[in-house]
Amino acid sequence: MSQVLQNLVNRPYKHGFITDIESDVAPKGLDEDTIRMISAKKSEPDWLLEFRLKSYQAWLKMAEPEWANVHYPKIDLQAISYYAAPKQKPKLNSMDEVDPELLRTFEKLGVPLHERMALAGVAVDVVFDSVSVATTYKAKLAEVGIIFCSMSEAVTEHPELVQKYLGTVVPTGDNYFAALNSAVFTDGSFCFIPKGVKCPMDLSTYFRINTEETGQFERTLIIAEEGASVSYLEGCTAPAFSSNQLHAAVVELVALDNADIKYSTVQNWYAGDEKGVGGVYNFVTKRGLAKGVNSRISWTQVETGSAITWKYPSVILRGDNSVGEFYSVAVTNHLQQADTGTKMIHLGKNTRSTIVSKGISAGRSNNSYRGLVKITPPADGARNYSQCDSMLIGEQSGAHTFPYIQVRNNSAQVEHEASTSKIGEDQLFYFAQRGIDAEAAVSMIINGFCKDVFQQLPMEFAVEATQLLGLKLEGSVG
Amino acid sequence: MIHKDSKPILEVRGLCATVNGIEILKDLDFTVRSGEVHAIMGPNGSGKSTFAKVLAGHTAYEVTAGSVLFEGNNLFELEPDERARAGVFLAFQYPIEIPGVANSQFLRLSYNTVQAQRGHEELDPLEFDDFVREKMKLLEMSPNFLDRSVNEGFSGGEKKRNEILQMALLDPRLAILDETDSGLDIDALRVVSEGVNQLANKDNAIVLVTHYQRLLNYIVPDFVHVMEAGRIIKTGGKELAVELESRGYDWVGVENKATMALS
Repeated sequence: MSQVLQNLVNRPYKHGFITDIESDVAPKGLDEDTIRMISAKKSEPDWLLEFRLKSYQAWLKMAEPEWANVHYPKIDLQAISYYAAPKQKPKLNSMDEVDPELLRTFEKLGVPLHERMALAGVAVDVVFDSVSVATTYKAKLAEVGIIFCSMSEAVTEHPELVQKYLGTVVPTGDNYFAALNSAVFTDGSFCFIPKGVKCPMDLSTYFRINTEETGQFERTLIIAEEGASVSYLEGCTAPAFSSNQLHAAVVELVALDNADIKYSTVQNWYAGDEKGVGGVYNFVTKRGLAKGVNSRISWTQVETGSAITWKYPSVILRGDNSVGEFYSVAVTNHLQQADTGTKMIHLGKNTRSTIVSKGISAGRSNNSYRGLVKITPPADGARNYSQCDSMLIGEQSGAHTFPYIQVRNNSAQVEHEASTSKIGEDQLFYFAQRGIDAEAAVSMIINGFCKDVFQQLPMEFAVEATQLLGLKLEGSVG
Repeated sequence: MIHKDSKPILEVRGLCATVNGIEILKDLDFTVRSGEVHAIMGPNGSGKSTFAKVLAGHTAYEVTAGSVLFEGNNLFELEPDERARAGVFLAFQYPIEIPGVANSQFLRLSYNTVQAQRGHEELDPLEFDDFVREKMKLLEMSPNFLDRSVNEGFSGGEKKRNEILQMALLDPRLAILDETDSGLDIDALRVVSEGVNQLANKDNAIVLVTHYQRLLNYIVPDFVHVMEAGRIIKTGGKELAVELESRGYDWVGVENKATMALS
């Protein structure tokens, strides 16, 4: 049985191919001139250039964080090119104008864009390397006053909104990778849901890193005004490369009074081969500000890819009665390392947060949950419930839990539950004796384990996530 | 029941098997024909459960010699899941818990996998629900079994009922019931036994592995075998079980040694 399982573990990465599109790539290295060049290329206003330069200055004084339970050689940030744009017509009015090669890439990824748009009713803002290629359904969304576009376009078309909110949740000097992002980000998504509007469809972005050794510095900003609500989907895949790629994105969410933002991610970046060669370094800062009363921010993530994941989608619960949620499945295999979790910062009264984290480690991988629950003195009646479950597959994987709980208000209620389990040979034998092979068995056990998180995903994403997990893990018991 | 049109289902010849290098089965011979019910009895450590697991293909056991034909084909050429789909069923002595996996999902996947192998139509969740509820009546099981995780938090009796429910669903050619009577109170024993009896027919065969004679009051075997030190040392009819109950296993061992000394 072990041999069968071994073969399955060593299955090659399904999305490993490189699309041949000419790229306009900046020379490697980072200094003020690089930043000025990015800003000029994008014809940005002065305030944004200043924002970048200020971030750069902050970044220069910072050191790369070393507290995470991940180990990797130092990244040479001077060996990275900070700008790459696919060479093609800058403005596209319909999908017919999109480079057919690009469309084929999405076909290979199993994301037939037309079909997705038509069947799922999802507006897809396609980010290919760093420049948005096509934004769909924009007209329809515009009818209700929703702005959904690339960050570059938002800077041009809605500078006042961008200026008002950019960097308000993740300040320029927040952390090493966020500061770097603030200095050099090239593009990303911008989403604005005006007062009282319920977004009529899920908004979705497909990210894809495509140029070798190009750092990706996406910047996403989502604002839900009073009483507005939106569900945003982010899905990622990347082609197989032999050298590591750095990805340091920043995502900021702002929810005003009674607003509701649900942000879902399925991440499947290249994780490196079974020997740990290659793979994406994913150092992401995601944070939501539940600014208004009764506002709600919910993060759901399914993390299956990347050689290294360093990611803590957090919620600052500032408004009274605001709600923060974090539902996570993190899967590691081979030599992958993940240090992921969340921060729930309770500032307002009667704020509530829920954390459900499911970590699955296979191969020789290491999977860590790191979470902070902080109840500040003014947060009367705050409540948190945390549940962290780990599942080990095979004999050589590791699972770690680092919960930090800081309570400075006596009226708070904080609960933390944790468990560790293992898929054993005896479970697989039981399935086998009922005619079910190891692949299907592992898939079923894992899906059962992740049920609480998958239930939070939008329907089509849940299906995708289930398949992805199957692909990553089937038969990884040794 | 023994009948004249019966076909061989299981033919075990000179089977030897080890676990962690220790020989447990030693030159075991055993034959089962369709329509028959066999009981294998014997003291703790005699190799009964090992035999059951070797037939099912548990990876912890290594077959070192001998052959097993299942319906005329070499059983050892099949992986454990292939054996199950071919019609070998093992009701486990200690069914393992599978947290998070709903029993209904598990049962349906198992059923459909085996059905597909036989070229039969698979059932969708609604059809399966009707089908499985019907089978559950046979075992007097409450429908809430379906929503619970597989065996998780089940009492000993509930686990055993769940095993026999799976037997009922999969309709195996050969069912090996490993200590199915252990941990059952008298009512549960009756229900489970009646279930097994209803599933027995002229085309399949049942092998009961048990310690005690009491199960055989409910499921009447055609043959009773006594196992000791990894082999079958005595075979008889159902009256052998009664005799074992009153005289103990030592009696067979002593008698057997005497027979061997004479021959």
